[in-house]
Amino acid sequence: MSVPLTLLGLLEREPSHGYDLKRDYDAFFGRGKPLPFGQVYSTLSRLARDGKVVISDVAPGSGPDRKRYIITDVGATEVEQWLTQPVDPEPHLQTVLFAKVVLALMLDRPAAEYLDTQRRAHLHRMRELTEIKRAGGLVDALLADHGLYHLEADLRWIEMTSARLDALRKEVRP
Amino acid sequence: MSIMIEARDVRFSFGQTPALRGASVAVEAGEILAVMGPSGSGKSTLLHCLAGILVPDSGEILLDGARIDTLPETGRSSLRRDRFGFVFQFGQLVPELTAVENVALPLLFSGVHRKQALPKASAWFARLGLDGLEQRRSGELSGGQAQRVALARGLVAEPQVLFADEPTGALDSLTGEQVMDLLVGAAREQGTTVILVTHEPRIAAYADREVMVRDGRVNAPDRIAS
Repeated sequence: MSVPLTLLGLLEREPSHGYDLKRDYDAFFGRGKPLPFGQVYSTLSRLARDGKVVISDVAPGSGPDRKRYIITDVGATEVEQWLTQPVDPEPHLQTVLFAKVVLALMLDRPAAEYLDTQRRAHLHRMRELTEIKRAGGLVDALLADHGLYHLEADLRWIEMTSARLDALRKEVRP
Repeated sequence: MSIMIEARDVRFSFGQTPALRGASVAVEAGEILAVMGPSGSGKSTLLHCLAGILVPDSGEILLDGARIDTLPETGRSSLRRDRFGFVFQFGQLVPELTAVENVALPLLFSGVHRKQALPKASAWFARLGLDGLEQRRSGELSGGQAQRVALARGLVAEPQVLFADEPTGALDSLTGEQVMDLLVGAAREQGTTVILVTHEPRIAAYADREVMVRDGRVNAPDRIAS
């Protein structure tokens, strides 16, 4: 999650105070990991320094909450580019799980049991996400689904690997 | 929590081909259990043995602590009618009947008069988002609608155990999840024990617990603490 770009995106909706940005960030993107106020204001300062936002007005009084930020053309262009560029597909070719399986086979450890344990952990997490999905709104469901599909992909890999362990053992322990 | 249904060291062969080689599993009352495993692992055979559709070659099936595998076919048939509900991959609705008549079938088979059975069946239509579809025949329903009708039919008689064999296997992801959401919600409301056979992890994730069937045996993992 890119905090600067997400805050910029929120600012493109409407000029906002730091407090409003934090509130919306936490509601839609935080998911149990609220953005510290310090990070909000330090990010906004950097965005202002780089010309991506400007302070549109400052209410009387003191403190950072008095400032209202507005996105600039430079900032809006950056949001546009970010949204339209695809995220790099990550092949995950060197995952921890992969390394564990190969090492377990090399060391003559019970790789199938390790995979079973991992499968249970994955399914347990999938149950938690499904419960979040059932109890929450559409935004929760969208986020939970993203996690669920990735976990499901891992599980398919676990199934395929489990079925190929004998052949794999021969390759890594010639 | 008490054990509602249990298989103990069940073996079953189709001719010379063993399908179950000593499968054991226990399901608590009100629990939703996912039975997972690759194709041909024996998970559907296990479900059929638990439901009294197939009789094991050896081993025991217990419902509420009482053996049911030793019952004659008439006794097992009564169980399936009065205490079990079923949902299969393809709704298997009777095409000549309307949707509401399909839902009412288990009640009619149990001797409930049509005048009582049809209103009780109708009540499920609103509950499962099927308002206005009562008089349609299966050919006039979408896959998701037909499966929800099948789900209503499986639950209308308030069975103790619902057996669901790949209930979303013929549906797209979104429709399948809607059906599962309704299935889990309705089962929890009624306190129905559910045995859900699926090879899809996303569907299994709706259950309280999963077991894996491999080569005709059940690998029941320890529960992972929440």
